[in-house]
Amino acid sequence: MTADGSRPNLPPLSLHVPEPKFRPGDAVDFADVDVPPAGAQRRPDTAAAPDSFHELAYTLVRVLDDEGQAVGPWNPRLTPDTLRTILRDMALVRAFDERMFRAQRQGKTSFYMKCTGEEAVAIAATHALASDDMCFPSYRQQGILIARGYSMVQMMNQIYSNSGDVLQGKQLPIMYSSRDDGFFSISGNLTTQYPQAVGWAMASAAKGDTRIAATWCGEGSTAEGDFHSALTFATVYKAPVIFNIVNNQWAISSFSGFAGAEATTFAARAIGYGIAGLRVDGNDALAVYAATLWAAERARTNQGPTLIEHFTYRAEGHSTSDDPTQYRSAGEPTAWPLGDPIARLKAHLIAIGEWDDERHAAMDRELAEQVKAAQKEAEKNGILGHGLLQPLDSLFDGVFEEMPWHLKEQRQQMIDEETASGRPWARKS
Amino acid sequence: MNMIQAINSAMEVMMARDPNVVVMGEDVGYFGGVFRATAGLQEKFGKTRVFDTPITECGIIGVAIGMGAYGLRPVPEIQFADYIYPALDQLVSEAARLRYRSAGQFTAPLTVRSPFGGGIFGGQTHSQSPEGIFTHVSGVKTVIPSTPYDAKGLLIASIEDNDPTIFFEPKRIYNGPFDGHWDRPSKNWSGHEGGAVPEGYYRIELGKAAVVRPGEAVTILAYGTMVHVARATIEDMGIDAEIIDLRTLVPLDVETIEASVKKTGRCLVVHEATRTGGFGAELSALVQERCFYHLEAPVERVTGFDTPYPHSLEWAYFPGPVRIGEALKKLLKD
Repeated sequence: MTADGSRPNLPPLSLHVPEPKFRPGDAVDFADVDVPPAGAQRRPDTAAAPDSFHELAYTLVRVLDDEGQAVGPWNPRLTPDTLRTILRDMALVRAFDERMFRAQRQGKTSFYMKCTGEEAVAIAATHALASDDMCFPSYRQQGILIARGYSMVQMMNQIYSNSGDVLQGKQLPIMYSSRDDGFFSISGNLTTQYPQAVGWAMASAAKGDTRIAATWCGEGSTAEGDFHSALTFATVYKAPVIFNIVNNQWAISSFSGFAGAEATTFAARAIGYGIAGLRVDGNDALAVYAATLWAAERARTNQGPTLIEHFTYRAEGHSTSDDPTQYRSAGEPTAWPLGDPIARLKAHLIAIGEWDDERHAAMDRELAEQVKAAQKEAEKNGILGHGLLQPLDSLFDGVFEEMPWHLKEQRQQMIDEETASGRPWARKS
Repeated sequence: MNMIQAINSAMEVMMARDPNVVVMGEDVGYFGGVFRATAGLQEKFGKTRVFDTPITECGIIGVAIGMGAYGLRPVPEIQFADYIYPALDQLVSEAARLRYRSAGQFTAPLTVRSPFGGGIFGGQTHSQSPEGIFTHVSGVKTVIPSTPYDAKGLLIASIEDNDPTIFFEPKRIYNGPFDGHWDRPSKNWSGHEGGAVPEGYYRIELGKAAVVRPGEAVTILAYGTMVHVARATIEDMGIDAEIIDLRTLVPLDVETIEASVKKTGRCLVVHEATRTGGFGAELSALVQERCFYHLEAPVERVTGFDTPYPHSLEWAYFPGPVRIGEALKKLLKD
């Protein structure tokens, strides 16, 4: 070493900071995205050891080919009725998203998050699960509730934080919770639901139940410590849980490279834990369905957890507070090589003679009307912009099962101040 | 019984009464825990109800939340309170708020057991008192026993409680009360009234303090190890102090505190945790708000210093008899 500490015989080190391929104004070319042919991936027995199919973590399990045919061993061979149900649910969540996005822009609520382009991830998976399996979603799986037939009016009531909101205005819009529908309370802190899902699954196993758990997170939040804790727990106890990583390429404005995508796939994270790993075409509803069914069968037969990376694309902004034109090329969503999940399933149904453009257009009109009617119904209970729609003192309910003195005292202080101010806010009792 | 045995007995009683109670944590299964608090439980109740976990505190608490949401009643152990920080997000953002954010659809009925406090030459990573972090959070209860009898009754009440509870065990007094003089021989619990612990079920309601020694001259508010240190100090000094063992910090028994300070007119708060923003600040403020016109001297605090917990200078850090004595003299001088 020289006196100044440098080593002249070595080149200086350099720090690698990942950079997405396209920024605003750039032309988009996704030629380097490796899209293997549909039907080419083997489907191992659900009792096979996770280390016997590592290659499935590096490819893409695909069912729908370019001609709209369902091909290969992963074809779940769904009836046309089931296919139409899945298509309808995907179209419904898209219609719902569009309407609620507009509602936010009209000032009727504070916030909304669309799942455009990712509809297959939640909806096809939900149809492959049993209706009483427990879901621990992230914030972009509104499709689970839609697929389970949860009331859209209830969803909107919460988005508006109105007097009909079952969560009493205590949660952000879109952070739903429905115990009866097997939909766990959504947290804004990322991937906290992962170990929680494992705990639920472990409890189910310990009790000799038959229900399993499924959880979802984005590719960006696989960087969270909770993700790795959850995978460790799941592999240690062979928990009956399905881990879904929704790789939609963008975590707000950070591209997937900041979660490690340049080095490997997200499905490959399973390998280090000895967990079954699949990488799936997330815009192929049949592939998502088949992978989920396969993982569910593994869980239900005590083969342990499965991690599924859904390779997809977030066609819209992160939320209503985000402007993706500021950080990514405008051409990306349309150039995405895996297409649009709704268009692809529609094309499949048409290709097998079970659907046509006219019926599709009629369905879209009907769904738009259905969403509009739900919105009218929900708005009867008020919108966020109308002020405080919950009883004022409900603010203190539910911090604890029974209210301790200090909360009672603070509640009384608030009511006294309110009374003195003469503001006309509705109150309990 | 010593405090470890009392804690073990509480878990055994609750596991026998309720098949949904499960015990989990690093080393708690076959080995029975580094402090032996869970000894014998796995043998009695099986590996699906008492099991070792990976070393990931956020995983332990996250998994326990999921188990609670399923309908179990988990009693996770965090081996030392110093290691609770990696689990903080799961406790603060998840367990504490689950009932509120889901309007009661989901709850997290956890009882997180964790040995805390210093005086055992544990250095920075085996001595901390993080209770103030949890008392600052809405939605968790914080419980700290000072005797084996209380430990069992409070732990049973915590396990039965439907809210998340942090149960901090003052490890310096696991084996016997401590008078604050590190160079004197240790006592054990067999000579102490709090060491008489019934075998079966009993509970001590959360939110009720204990007046461990009635007195007229000054009120001392303490919990855990410091109850014993304060008591030995006033007995050595011959001061007629009223010592209140808070037992639970949230919910706090403010009525007992208020009645005592209004009677004595003086108040000393003692805790081992660092001073700034500690729970003593809250106690001091409450007393000032509620008893100001009864006070004959400013409220005093004796606490740990605002430094990390030192190893070799542990007894300089520890708020022992000398510092408590000086504070009492100051409080009582007029």
